[in-house]
Amino acid sequence: MNDMTITRAEREAKLEGMGCKRKRVEDIRFTQGKGNYVDDVKLPGMLHGDFVRSPHPHARIKSIDKEKALKVPGVLAVLTAEDLKGVNLAWMPTLAGDVQMVLADGKVLFQNQEVAFVVATDRYAADDGINAVEVEYEALPVLVDPFHAMDADAPVLREDLEGKTEGAHGPRKHHNHIFEWTVGDRDLTDAAFRKAEVTIKEMISYHRTHPSPLETCQCLCSFDKVKGELTIYGTFQAPHVIRTVVALIAKIPEHKIHVIAPDIGGGFGNKVGAYPGYICAAVASIVTGRPVKWVEDRIENLCATSFARDYHMTTEIAATKEGKVTGLRVHVLADHGAFDACADPSKWPAGFFNIVTGSYDFPTAHLAVDGVYTNKAPGGVAYRCSFRVTEAAYCIERAMDILAQKLGMDPAELRLKNFIRQEQFPYHSALGWEYDSGDYHTAMKKMMDTVDYAGLRREQAEKRAAFRRGETREIMGLGISFFTEIVGAGPSKNCDILGIAMFDSCEIRLHPTGAGIARMGTKSQGQGHETTWAQIIATEIGIPADDIMVEEGNTDTAPYGLGTYGSRSTPVAGAAIAMAARKVKAKAQMIAAYRLEVHEDDLEWDIDGFRVKGLPEKFLGMKDICWIAYNAPPPGMEPGLEAVSYYDPPNMTYPFGAYLCVMDIDVDTGVYKVRRFYALDDCGTRINPMIIEGQVHGGLTEAFAIAMGQEIRYDENGNVVTGSFMDFFLPTAVETPHWETDFTVTPSPHHPIGAKGVGESPNVGGVPAFSNAVNDAFSFLGSTHIQMPHDFWRNWQAAKALGAV
Amino acid sequence: MAKTHVTMRVNGSEVEGLVEPRTLLVHFIRENLALTGTHIGCETTHCGACTVDLDGMSVKSCTVFAVQAEGSEITTIEGIANADGTLSALQEGFRQMHGLQCGFCTPGMIVRAHRLLKENPTPSEEEIRFGIAGNLCRCTGYQNIVKAIQYAAAKINGTEFREAAE
Amino acid sequence: MIPGPFQFHRPQSVADAVKLLSTLGDEARPLAGGHSLVPMMKLRLATPEHLIDLHGIGSLKGIRREGDTLVIGAMTTQHELVASPEIAALVPIVKETSLQIADPQVRYRGTLGGNVANGDPGNDMPGLMMALGARYRLEGPDGARDVDAVDFYQGAYFTALEPGELLTEIAIPVPPSGHGYAYEKLKRKIGDYATAAAAVVLTLSAGKVATCRIGLTNLSETPLLAEDAAACVIGTTLDEATLAKAADLARAVMQPAADGRGPAEYRTHVGGIMVMRALKRAAAKAV
Repeated sequence: MNDMTITRAEREAKLEGMGCKRKRVEDIRFTQGKGNYVDDVKLPGMLHGDFVRSPHPHARIKSIDKEKALKVPGVLAVLTAEDLKGVNLAWMPTLAGDVQMVLADGKVLFQNQEVAFVVATDRYAADDGINAVEVEYEALPVLVDPFHAMDADAPVLREDLEGKTEGAHGPRKHHNHIFEWTVGDRDLTDAAFRKAEVTIKEMISYHRTHPSPLETCQCLCSFDKVKGELTIYGTFQAPHVIRTVVALIAKIPEHKIHVIAPDIGGGFGNKVGAYPGYICAAVASIVTGRPVKWVEDRIENLCATSFARDYHMTTEIAATKEGKVTGLRVHVLADHGAFDACADPSKWPAGFFNIVTGSYDFPTAHLAVDGVYTNKAPGGVAYRCSFRVTEAAYCIERAMDILAQKLGMDPAELRLKNFIRQEQFPYHSALGWEYDSGDYHTAMKKMMDTVDYAGLRREQAEKRAAFRRGETREIMGLGISFFTEIVGAGPSKNCDILGIAMFDSCEIRLHPTGAGIARMGTKSQGQGHETTWAQIIATEIGIPADDIMVEEGNTDTAPYGLGTYGSRSTPVAGAAIAMAARKVKAKAQMIAAYRLEVHEDDLEWDIDGFRVKGLPEKFLGMKDICWIAYNAPPPGMEPGLEAVSYYDPPNMTYPFGAYLCVMDIDVDTGVYKVRRFYALDDCGTRINPMIIEGQVHGGLTEAFAIAMGQEIRYDENGNVVTGSFMDFFLPTAVETPHWETDFTVTPSPHHPIGAKGVGESPNVGGVPAFSNAVNDAFSFLGSTHIQMPHDFWRNWQAAKALGAV
Repeated sequence: MAKTHVTMRVNGSEVEGLVEPRTLLVHFIRENLALTGTHIGCETTHCGACTVDLDGMSVKSCTVFAVQAEGSEITTIEGIANADGTLSALQEGFRQMHGLQCGFCTPGMIVRAHRLLKENPTPSEEEIRFGIAGNLCRCTGYQNIVKAIQYAAAKINGTEFREAAE
Repeated sequence: MIPGPFQFHRPQSVADAVKLLSTLGDEARPLAGGHSLVPMMKLRLATPEHLIDLHGIGSLKGIRREGDTLVIGAMTTQHELVASPEIAALVPIVKETSLQIADPQVRYRGTLGGNVANGDPGNDMPGLMMALGARYRLEGPDGARDVDAVDFYQGAYFTALEPGELLTEIAIPVPPSGHGYAYEKLKRKIGDYATAAAAVVLTLSAGKVATCRIGLTNLSETPLLAEDAAACVIGTTLDEATLAKAADLARAVMQPAADGRGPAEYRTHVGGIMVMRALKRAAAKAV
């Protein structure tokens, strides 16, 4: 390693460490069709399970007749709630402290709810079996509109909760009420509003949508009766949590449960929770003694497993005439569907929605969230966002635009005037967070300079004049979003899932020849961990990234971790990786000191090994240290070179960004065109710029879809009307805009490598940029707020209501 | 249900099997032939993850019955690499340009792009976007997929690939 | 999402196919491209006991010119229509429309015959065929008959096809050289059916519209021919007032359903916009 013929730059490059656009390790197999996803796994004697689902959104089940189904060739069993009661699994706990039916117990509460589980020799026979199960329903009154959930005469949805006035998060006000969560100083905030020179108030809705990864949720459960062991292959973003939850509810000792998350075809929050399919496949395997696979189809995915959003946010801002904000008051009505199956840290019924003060220095704020039940699918997952952060960012970014409009002030100017200033960090927000770092003014100004913001505003003014003169039917909007994320759940003082503290972990084991393996408690679903985690290790300990194999997703081998969602992997596991690497490096330094016959303090780190200070020729490389560690360690030292770190972060990290969307809308058809989209992200230290850019492209595309049409919509009778890819808007390459990316770097002061996480920023920041562009386009015609999604017909309706058509 | 005997050439090899008439081609490929690179993403003919090349056409194998492929010539993602086992220009392009993330749409996307480049060796960006519009990707936002296909086209044509400025 | 069981038949001739269809009755369905039928079968909204695959019948493929008519075999795919030099030269609007159907993979399988025969109001070709004055050849147990596209559609999924009959050919009168054409389709995304679409075929004489036909897609239970709208532009230069009048006359015949593409009011409104835009663009192309 001490080869002086190669330069320092070459040695550095060879590592492919942090900051390098390293090509992905995963791509070798994925580009050849050699990925290993759950449905690719086959076990001898494997059976297939599939659900009978309810056509009714709310109905009592009069009877379930399995007889015909059991006569279908290939059908081995039909499970119902009655069967699951025998093993005490008819209901299961949700991550949010509620309980959820595994199979309909007495009644159904949403359309497509799981009613019976048919087990058969193959998926064709299972499908035949489903069609042969006869269920008799008695329809009940349906509750769709969350604003009527707490009406006095609203139907009782959750009979299991009858008479329960306390829920998991405090008192319940009504039979369809789940929780009320309040944060902030109500009196101070009310006082700020009383004194305010200017106020705005708007009900800002963030509609129900769905993460919809291209691979649906699926699992393969195999119970070994002889050993009493359960092996579960599944699309799990958090494999260890699944193992612990299974141990708790199925009463199988945790060491006899093996959870394996192989390659995952996208997650975006959809694959965090536990679903009836997992329980039923496990029970079916125990009952039949054979492996049972459950693969959700797309309609089931969209209609049953984990919607996102459905927040209705009544938002008020108090401000001075000059545009200084003095108070924020938000009330949220949260529609959770039939069961509160939010995948948030357990103490946070509305996630981290109290980041709703955003990037602005609000002296006081108050937030209240009411969760209610309706006859819709359960959930409330964080769709590429850190637990309700995207709702919060949308709320405040939309509200700031509305305030700017009322003040007659440019929305960029209003933001610059109210940003938390660089010298205020660490900043304590009025709703209780400590923002670790930020430099908002620099980012905002870079965005404005790059896009020529002033020039765009001039062009818009000219186009508006032309529109008024009847020379064009097109209107132009500029959508600004300056978002602050809160990611990296989390400090265990704040965050747990069902009591499991939200640390994360890494184990690094170097082999004698200078290669190694590293395992983490996280689980990539496309983020490229096998590539980037090795880059952190390469920089930290000087072993080339190519020589480090990264392995995740097997609970037998990986150290316990809380998994990958909420942009927590880099803030938490990324830190654990650096800390584990530093433990390895500390031992390596002792070995080097012994070999080079100097005191440890006389050594300095030099890219890929240790050098004696002042004696550049005295150098020992990490590769050699690995060999020595095993075969000739210093006297008294244990052989080997490995370390484990469990990292409990002291704080969250706070990535931020400045986005701008330029949009043109044809008022005659409502058809929009995104002319330009610029995204500046500050995620602290950048590990792999190529992967960051890819994450931003993908998140922006999701944000574009959500803002412009993607929706899980129910009709007034509770039927899902957007249950397939025909109606659920996923843009193709043709509709998707071109993305421009940029960055600033404000490292996190508390993270070992200063990184903050980026995967979800573009979804969080993107949605307000698109929506603000639409709203900005229409604002000169007199509108203050138009609800999402902004699909063509809704844009036309807005134009019509404003007299433009 | 009586089963039917089918034979076809898949990735250059003669294969055969017994299938029900209703067996979808994608299941025949994945289950009978154990070629699991071809994926199922939507089942309603929208997402293109199940795309294979059938007699010189890109088709969604979730919407074709195996019996309909009797006697046909099929290429799946497992048959796309160069004869010597190295990555084809497209596979290399997807890696070099970061044209994939979770990898689930990738096989269908590459198989589709393979046919696109056969029919149009020098597609414009607009033609690429239109040409892959039957394949959905949830991760990449398509921009790097477009670059990956441009990279492959340049490599196949022996021309210089210039990454478009952002 | 698995189809129910069925028996598979692959006849080699139209006569055999017709015989199978008439013998097996209601439980048999012809299978062309399958991209409408197979998804319905996977949802078990269609459960035919017999599928009669038409891919084995060579005579159902191909495009040939017979005098002033272009005859297209029912099993000719949209991809083949896009690639055909005759189509591009003689009825380029068929190419333009084909490219707006679904996506590349679907166009490789989807056929002209399937698109016009199944009676789905969302299909793009029926309205166009009306605008082009096309005739369909239907062959049944009692022989063949021809039906004009304008007389073929009776309701959503209801057509003039009698039990046992198969649509085998589409005959399109070749429009005069120098005609103008446009298919304007508003859709939410690639792969979607039209929110509203209009097909216009017209000729000009001394700068004024001499002949014009307008077909409408997905704006009623059946495709529509907007006859009053077409009549009102004859003899005009398609000035703004005429365009607006044509749009309103076309809107008068539209009866779209409210769906995810928008409420009926919106779809009717943009239906008129599509008519105006198609007229303008067609006129600009005409010589």
